[in-house]
Amino acid sequence: MAMVDQAPPPGFKLSMLINDSRYRGYTFQTIAFIALMCLAAMMVMNAAANLERLGKDISFDFLWQGASYDIYPKLIPFESTDTHFRAAMVGVLNTLLVAFFGCITATIIGVIAGVLRLSNNWLVAKVMSVYVEIFRNVPVLLWILLIMQIVAISFSNPFDFRGEEPTASMVWGAFAFTTLGIYMPAPVWGYGSGVVVITFFLSLGLMWGYSRYRKRRLFETGEMLPGWPVMVALFFLPSLLAFFIMGRPIGLDYPEMGAFTFSGGALIGGPLIALWLALSLYTGAFIAENVRAGILAISKGQTEAAAALGLRPNRTMSLVVLPQALRVIIPPVISQFLNLTKNSSLAAFIGYQEITGTLMGITLNQTGRSFEAVLLGMLIYLMISLLISLLGNLYNSSVKLKER
Amino acid sequence: MKTNVFLGSLAVAGMTAGMAFADAHGSTLDVVKERGALKCGISTGLVGFASQDANDEWEGFDVAICRAVAAAVLGDPTAVEFRPVTNKERFEVLNSGDIDMLSRNTTWTFSRDVDLKLEFAGVNYYDGQGFMVPKELGVSSAKDLDGAPVCIQSGTTTELNLADFFRTNNISYQPVSITTASEAQQAYLAGRCAVYTTDASGLAATRASFENPDDHVILPEIISKEPLGPLVRHGDNNWGDVVRWTLNALVAAEELGVTSANVGELSAAATDNPEINRLLGTEGNLGEQLGVAADFGAQIIAVDGNYGEIFEKYIGENTPIGLARGLNAQWTDGGLLYAPPFR
Repeated sequence: MAMVDQAPPPGFKLSMLINDSRYRGYTFQTIAFIALMCLAAMMVMNAAANLERLGKDISFDFLWQGASYDIYPKLIPFESTDTHFRAAMVGVLNTLLVAFFGCITATIIGVIAGVLRLSNNWLVAKVMSVYVEIFRNVPVLLWILLIMQIVAISFSNPFDFRGEEPTASMVWGAFAFTTLGIYMPAPVWGYGSGVVVITFFLSLGLMWGYSRYRKRRLFETGEMLPGWPVMVALFFLPSLLAFFIMGRPIGLDYPEMGAFTFSGGALIGGPLIALWLALSLYTGAFIAENVRAGILAISKGQTEAAAALGLRPNRTMSLVVLPQALRVIIPPVISQFLNLTKNSSLAAFIGYQEITGTLMGITLNQTGRSFEAVLLGMLIYLMISLLISLLGNLYNSSVKLKER
Repeated sequence: MKTNVFLGSLAVAGMTAGMAFADAHGSTLDVVKERGALKCGISTGLVGFASQDANDEWEGFDVAICRAVAAAVLGDPTAVEFRPVTNKERFEVLNSGDIDMLSRNTTWTFSRDVDLKLEFAGVNYYDGQGFMVPKELGVSSAKDLDGAPVCIQSGTTTELNLADFFRTNNISYQPVSITTASEAQQAYLAGRCAVYTTDASGLAATRASFENPDDHVILPEIISKEPLGPLVRHGDNNWGDVVRWTLNALVAAEELGVTSANVGELSAAATDNPEINRLLGTEGNLGEQLGVAADFGAQIIAVDGNYGEIFEKYIGENTPIGLARGLNAQWTDGGLLYAPPFR
């Protein structure tokens, strides 16, 4: 028995790339990487060769040509003589519009449903379970189409509001529920309305300052200043005061029946309502589960300790459980926001003109630049998603456990 | 092992990509003959132009063109795989090679012909864009439509004409985007729009399918030229010729008086009229030049008859659609149909 004690001679042999476990990993990773690059290069070359064969080049010049189509709804002025680029921007804003309001309502719905699903009340808990399971387990496109159908069936034809004896009438003389969407009064900004708006924002700042002051006072002296009454007063009084001092500069423009449909006022289109409701309810169901998971992740001892200190259940939830649960809830909720934003591309099915409808729909079709339009559309979605992630992560780092 | 599987799938992916590439290079005529069936893109459903009968068989004015081409190339009008395509996807589907030709009330425009790399084989219906409104609105002219919500199919030339018309007349409208004709119909009936605009022939076809067609009027203004016709991909001229001369054969047959009733008799033996003989293949070798059977003209006309017969059968005045020949009459009758000579 010969003992081989001495260390192997230092030095690198080629066979070690396969036989030595220290290097084998690198070898295979390099091979896989090269193969992946070859595959990617082949796909790009294939696409380029096919485009070449069809006699097509890749060019984004079409963005600066006239769009020559009209878009509704539009948040910025848009004429059919404007460029395809501006049409794409109108689409992006429409995407952001539905994503913004969708995320807000989905969060509200999700938090309420998630908390109530843990309720001790059997009926409330079961109703919320049914809501979550129904919405979570059916494709969102079906919900969008269903709500669109409900709008079409349950709302009145605009013609019904016409004539001597209309069969449909406006609610409170201000709101009209039509198959086109909901008509409602729109604000008219008169001279001096800026003062009212500035006052309103100042009072919001005041509310923020007051709540901070109230908290500090509570911690320093233990004295509890009045909360909600002051907040409500701060919210309404300064703005109302400014409104009357400036001589009521903000008026309301009521919708009125015109030759074909209502004119004046503002219209929230049926497709927007359907998309917004469906996305909110659908994503809300997922957020509810995230909220529930977050709350369950907080140990029961926390609730019991809060009870021992004499906190009432709703205060236990808002002061002890939810702040801790937020750390668990926020990361998955950010990804739900991303899902909601991307799902808004399903609007193409109901004719809501967001970025998929304008750039990747009509523009693509009229110019035939499918490759470029889709590439650009992907880039836009990527940018929106990264922006949402960034904002979400900033918020997350502000609530996460402070490690010292 | 993992690497092996990976490399294997890589090789397979490479081979499929290579094959797809090679396939796209072949001549469409040979591909169709080899397959034994013509893949024809049609409308997703427009009464009179492309709709399914009680037996789920496609029929209509546009469908008849597909059947005529199948008869010319394969000698069998039923050897067609129909592929309903929407406005938005039609050119992509054609250019990707999924279908051999498109016969789907498609307007021939400069940019489609040149920029989108398509090849229009001719015009089978001279159309123009019109407006339909409910009668109760009491509108008599398209210029009275200020502020109206208008249903419009996305990705069509009508969308562009509409924007131009309202802009040049300084009136406003609210576009309501719709993807298919049947959806537009539903939206219009539900009141999501007060006006439906598309080609006048499409309006007539849509109105014919309503429960109460008389409650709706088609306004007198025709705001555009819409020459509709079958089309193929750019770059395969021989295949383009086949579709073009199939259409021409239908038109020429009407001019020469060849009908489904007498085509059998006329093609049995050479007649006194050399043009009829060349069309039906009893004289000359036009079929051979085109790469199809010598009697391709006779095969085409045996399906549904000549252009006039097809028109009367599917969209003419005795059908619910009730379109007059108008611009689509033979040039000898004051219309625009004028087939180049078969010589």
